[in-house]
Amino acid sequence: MSQPEPILEARGLVKHFGHVVALDGADFELYPGEIVAIIGDNGAGKSTLIKSLSGALQPDDGEIRLDGERVRFRSPGDARRAGIETVYQDLAVAPSLDIASNIFLGREARWRGPLGLALRLLDKRRMRREAAQHFAELQIGVQSIAQPVEDLSGGQRQGVAVARAAKWARRLAIMDEPTAALGVRETRQVLDLIQRVRERGLPVIIISHDMPHVFELADRILIMRLGKRVAVVTPQTHTMPEAVAIMTGATKSELEQALTKEAPPE
Amino acid sequence: MTAITSALRVPGRVLAAPTVGPFLALLLAMAFFSIRSENFLEGQNLSLVLQQVMVVGVLAIGQTFVILTAGIDLSCGTVMAFGQIVMTKLAVVNGIDPLLAIGLGILACVGFGLLNGGLVTGVKLPAFIVTLGTLNIAFALTHVYSNDETYSDLPSELLFFGKTFTIGNTDFTYGVVLMFVLFGIAWYALTQTAWGRHVYAVGDNLEAARLMGIKVNRVLLSVYVLAGLTYGIAAMLLVARTELGDPNAGQTTENLDAITAVVLGGTSLFGGRGSVIGTLIGAVVVGVFRNGLTLIGVEVVWQYFVTGILVILAVSVDQLTHRRRA
Repeated sequence: MSQPEPILEARGLVKHFGHVVALDGADFELYPGEIVAIIGDNGAGKSTLIKSLSGALQPDDGEIRLDGERVRFRSPGDARRAGIETVYQDLAVAPSLDIASNIFLGREARWRGPLGLALRLLDKRRMRREAAQHFAELQIGVQSIAQPVEDLSGGQRQGVAVARAAKWARRLAIMDEPTAALGVRETRQVLDLIQRVRERGLPVIIISHDMPHVFELADRILIMRLGKRVAVVTPQTHTMPEAVAIMTGATKSELEQALTKEAPPE
Repeated sequence: MTAITSALRVPGRVLAAPTVGPFLALLLAMAFFSIRSENFLEGQNLSLVLQQVMVVGVLAIGQTFVILTAGIDLSCGTVMAFGQIVMTKLAVVNGIDPLLAIGLGILACVGFGLLNGGLVTGVKLPAFIVTLGTLNIAFALTHVYSNDETYSDLPSELLFFGKTFTIGNTDFTYGVVLMFVLFGIAWYALTQTAWGRHVYAVGDNLEAARLMGIKVNRVLLSVYVLAGLTYGIAAMLLVARTELGDPNAGQTTENLDAITAVVLGGTSLFGGRGSVIGTLIGAVVVGVFRNGLTLIGVEVVWQYFVTGILVILAVSVDQLTHRRRA
């Protein structure tokens, strides 16, 4: 198979928490322009894997390569500097600040020249202009870019978080259950937005519990079980019940049983 | 799309909105006292209000920084008292150069800020407990260091900010001017710099700020240290105003009034919301009430009573709007 080089690659990641083995030699690849979903039961190691990739945890063993080069992230800041942005499920925004300020939070644009250097003066106009342009490109509708985030719906707030990740991620974005806190319609908005982010060429890793969403969004689905990657499937090659069966470790005969049971009566 | 472009013209409502309430409260209070006392609106009296507000106002700047990060600094008054004793004792008893004495007094307050900030960020203690501790430590040190003596006959350098200049037929002190300058600097730092954004973000959603790569401990530490600096400057102003180094100064009235000014000014005790301009208005409201109640002959104890009610009112408004947002 002539695949392009993976953007992000992990080999044999191991992570222990005391006696608990969270990752037991897990592998991972993300190729340019794709959405990879990671699924797995609770405790399968998907959170630990994602945290190792985003720098929130340091694996005990194994290696991570970014564009072919070995990297070691000691903090989320390291990963961010390497061009990896993460969106969290719990709406990591500052509600009282406006949208533009949230987009630029921690990366504020200062005036060029002495005003910016000596007086640290923020270039609010530039930040608003750039944020508005970015929102227009991603087709996120908001009343005003100068609106405090607390005036937005949950879906729009998560939209701000996704837009921020898309703006600053030079290599890839990680979305850790981005819709877990949202209602049906708001989830829809965020999923559509993630699609548009991918269409702009940014590869995305997404963790989700929601199988229909995973099958709708992902190009490839990585299935974790007991700290290992047990399979990589695609929505074209596998059905949802099959993926769930692999995830839960059902045997082949159990799987066939499950499939016949679920087949509609004719 | 048009919404976005029109948005570019929307002025910063963050600055405008929260100060409207405090400003109306100020107008109402001034209207009330000008009806009840014909002296209230005289230039000399209003200038006096500002002089009375000056110390609390500067304390309240530091307090605003701290409360914006969802903290509170109960030690501001006693830390100022300690700084004031350091300045005056060094200058009067030890005969140290007065400017150096002022510097060392301010440094003592900055030291307390460093201690508060270090405990809040390093040991992860709640600001309330930390500053309740340092309140008592500063109180004790003030009395130990001064042997309960009051220092008077201060060198003129220590009195500079109490001196007046005249505009029209109204006297203003240099200290009042310094207070306005400090409010201006604080406003600039909070609204026009990245540091200010980070202060709001830390108070608004600490975890989000951390995840966004903001060094939250560094922001918090800087806030407590800068608060200590403002308490030191307030100490200098207090000395200039009272012309004394008094170990009993600043311990109840100023301490509570500083917090009252911040809350009356619309800054939320939950953090992340408010403005230092609101605090200035809040400090003036407190000053207007104290001055006005004195003018119409209300006993001093009732001033405490009224301030207490004002605080509870302001906190209730804060609580109700917070609940509506949540």
